[in-house]
Amino acid sequence: MNKIIRKEYFSENVVALEVEAPLIARSRKPGNFIILRVGELGERIPLTIASADKEKGTITLVIQKIGRSSSKLCELNEGDYITDMVGPLGKPTHIEKVGTVICAGGGVGVAPMLPIAEAYKKAGNRVITVLAARSKDLVILEDKMRSFSDEVVVMTDDGSYGKKGLITNGVEEIINREKVDLVVTIGPAVMMKFVSLLTKKYNVPTVASLNTIMVDGTGMCGACRITVGGKTRFVCVDGPEFDAHEVNFDEMLMRLGAYKEEEQLEKNKPTH
Amino acid sequence: MTKEEILKAERDETWREQLRKGKKAKERTDLQRVKMHEQDAEVRSHNNKEVNLGLTLEEAMTEAQRCLDCPNPGCISGCPVEINIPKFIKNIERGEILEAAKTLKETSALPAVCGRVCPQEKQCEQQCVYTMKLGKESVAIGYLERFAADYERESGQMSVPAVAPANGIKIAVIGSGPAGLSFAGDMAKKGYDVTVFEALHQIGGVLKYGIPEFRLPNHIVDVEIENLKSMGVQFLTNCIIGKTISYDDLKEEGFQGIFVGSGAGLPRFMDIPGENLIGVMSSNEYLTRVNLMDAANPASDTPVLIGKNVAIIGGGNTAMDSVRTARRLGAERAMIVYRRSEDEMPARIEEVKHAKEEGVEFMTLHNPIEYIGDEKGHVRQMKLQKMALGEPDASGRRSPVEIPGAIETIDVDEVIVSIGVSPNPLVPENIKGLNISRKGTIIVNEDTMSSAIPGVYAGGDIVRGGATVILAMGDGRKAAASMDEYLHQ
Ligand SMILES: Cc1cc2nc3c(=O)[nH]c(=O)nc-3n(C[C@H](O)[C@H](O)[C@H](O)COP(=O)(O)OP(=O)(O)OC[C@H]3O[C@@H](n4cnc5c(N)ncnc54)[C@H](O)[C@@H]3O)c2cc1C
Ligand SMILES: Cc1cc2nc3c(=O)[nH]c(=O)nc-3n(C[C@H](O)[C@H](O)[C@H](O)COP(=O)(O)OP(=O)(O)OC[C@H]3O[C@@H](n4cnc5c(N)ncnc54)[C@H](O)[C@@H]3O)c2cc1C
Ligand code: SF4
Ligand code: FES
Repeated sequence: MNKIIRKEYFSENVVALEVEAPLIARSRKPGNFIILRVGELGERIPLTIASADKEKGTITLVIQKIGRSSSKLCELNEGDYITDMVGPLGKPTHIEKVGTVICAGGGVGVAPMLPIAEAYKKAGNRVITVLAARSKDLVILEDKMRSFSDEVVVMTDDGSYGKKGLITNGVEEIINREKVDLVVTIGPAVMMKFVSLLTKKYNVPTVASLNTIMVDGTGMCGACRITVGGKTRFVCVDGPEFDAHEVNFDEMLMRLGAYKEEEQLEKNKPTH
Repeated sequence: MTKEEILKAERDETWREQLRKGKKAKERTDLQRVKMHEQDAEVRSHNNKEVNLGLTLEEAMTEAQRCLDCPNPGCISGCPVEINIPKFIKNIERGEILEAAKTLKETSALPAVCGRVCPQEKQCEQQCVYTMKLGKESVAIGYLERFAADYERESGQMSVPAVAPANGIKIAVIGSGPAGLSFAGDMAKKGYDVTVFEALHQIGGVLKYGIPEFRLPNHIVDVEIENLKSMGVQFLTNCIIGKTISYDDLKEEGFQGIFVGSGAGLPRFMDIPGENLIGVMSSNEYLTRVNLMDAANPASDTPVLIGKNVAIIGGGNTAMDSVRTARRLGAERAMIVYRRSEDEMPARIEEVKHAKEEGVEFMTLHNPIEYIGDEKGHVRQMKLQKMALGEPDASGRRSPVEIPGAIETIDVDEVIVSIGVSPNPLVPENIKGLNISRKGTIIVNEDTMSSAIPGVYAGGDIVRGGATVILAMGDGRKAAASMDEYLHQ
């Protein structure tokens, strides 16, 4: 049981929770995630550790409401308890000073991008963030990202905010403008696929943080498996970050849809 | 006294002698082996309740009469932990069931569990004089073990073992499977301050997340866990050694002895085309979703795919548990696909029999070589290579060889891969200085279960690879005895 000590709305559908978890706060590194469960019949869902405070013994999660489990979590308030939480999981991000780093995130990928952008910035890199959304009201965490970035470019499909165009248009413009040493991309699998195809064309090393379906998060089930460089890898223990140019995104895209029908049914259930 | 002398002295006790004399061997051997009461096959393939219903007191006492109380009992040597089998059975014969349960507990930490899941037909029952010499069905040792343990639990007179005065020495146990639990119990009895660290949110290891309710109800395991708690054992769930806390942290916290019982939880896949299609998953994933996450319960948030044509690849207990789960979740066609023949199947015979009664199809001498999906990436078909049996291999089983060109394609919408497990590298990687085998298991001294690091012991599947509950339990007890000795030097 982990107590929620602070809740903040970043936007209508994005919530930050600061949670008591002294052991995890002590051992976590940027890029690590946790798995938690809300309620005795709750599902185990993975969430990136956005930040941690060792002294206070807390970690902060940034959650975007997507379906049933993330909504249930976002409904909890200060003083409530999270039924189970385990971590830190996954391999930490390999952070070093490389020069200029583009953090390209959209949709489900923006929240987990936060601690990674922060870590690259702290390591002395020039960080350019490209945020993508369908329209203005779906742009999230822009201010937070701004605080860890030298520049933020917002792309919307309909041009209602920032520049009109896809995330790849934003990234390509920067690559054409200046020398980019690394691209980090997190988001829907289609988005990562096209970012990856683009950067491959320009030969820019690219890391993708994969948000596959998970159950245990310790390598025990294989629900998170994905093909990287022709080999099956388990995202929870071998990742979540991989060389984007080696990832089979088409397979990932397909696997994310595994429980679509079931999730739709779950979502329509009342959460209380 | 040596083990043999103790056995003989106990056998020579007056009550045993009188019981032996009370009935002629012929009268005993003429009795038919008792039949287990079971839920009807059609009914049980639609519910999750335990299949075996147990014996009545009368049936158990009659079955106990069949045992000849042999002077050199083969059954004991067939038992991996050498339970004094005739002693417990003779106690049942004279109606002292609680005494029988006590006899079991002299050696086994989890008799109610082992009575349900041990492969008795390959152990004690295989070495019973009835099987070996008389050509008859063995004494139903497993059923009687289960009976005595259940009787004790239901009598409300379950004995919580006496605990020695606290000695203040902190002991850490990594993993709460049968190895960890039995180790923890023995150390608590000796007065140690024991904490069990478990990665998952539930205690019990495979007993909880793997073996289904219809074979081993959770409440049976929970009683054992409650017992340990009342003996002072502390449990910390959601704590991964090597992630949440490191081995060095444990040392720093003052844990003087560490027992690794982290199991073999890593699923193996076959690396064939289409294995990452939707609907193809490991038995660990399937069983974890259903057992640990209760995914079949509509109130649970965790989803599980419900297949109509479900193929399970493999022939072990895990495969049987998966295929019978698939039947219970509504599969019209639930198939075991196994590359050898039924004789080579490692599963318990009872599970194979139950699976067949429940309508499971057995496609033996078939091996999948490819899965074919639809446009959305869902598995729809599998290609099977037909096999024939060749020469015996290293395991002594006849090895399967491909029949050239004999390939068959069948429709499936769910495939559960159940071809074995490997040790999770988390603990071996985190504890520097351990000796690790090529297979990833921790190498220990077989007599003491001590690893290459003084004070660190290991047992169960992390040492043996995928093995059995009784062996894991035996390892835990052996490790407790030798760690106690080590700490008192
Ligand atoms: C390592 C890792 C770190 C993560 N970190 C964060 C984080 O910090 N903050 C955060 O908000 N989320 C994060 N996620 C994603 C988060 O786990 C999922 O959003 C959550 O499990 C969704 O559960 P749900 O029941 O609310 O939605 P579901 O009902 O499970 O899903 C609803 C719909 O969204 C789709 N979907 C679900 N998950 C994803 C995904 N990961 N990518 C694309 N589509 C998806 C499904 O296909 C479905 O159609 C992370 C995922 C991983 C693997
Ligand atoms: C489906 C299935 C059916 C089976 N049926 C039978 C049967 O009928 N008869 C039989 O005799 N055997 C059977 N077995 C095998 C038997 O269950 C195992 O041999 C036995 O459980 C091994 O016990 P263990 O204590 O070594 O490990 P496990 O039971 O695997 O327990 C290990 C525990 O350690 C935890 N852990 C792992 N790493 C860490 C870490 N780093 N930190 C903290 N905790 C950790 C795991 O989460 C797990 O709970 C079956 C196995 C399966 C999977
Ligand atoms: S071998 Fe069979 S008959 Fe003999 S003591 Fe053991 S169980 Fe009884
Ligand atoms: S989530 Fe189970 S193996 Fe990765």
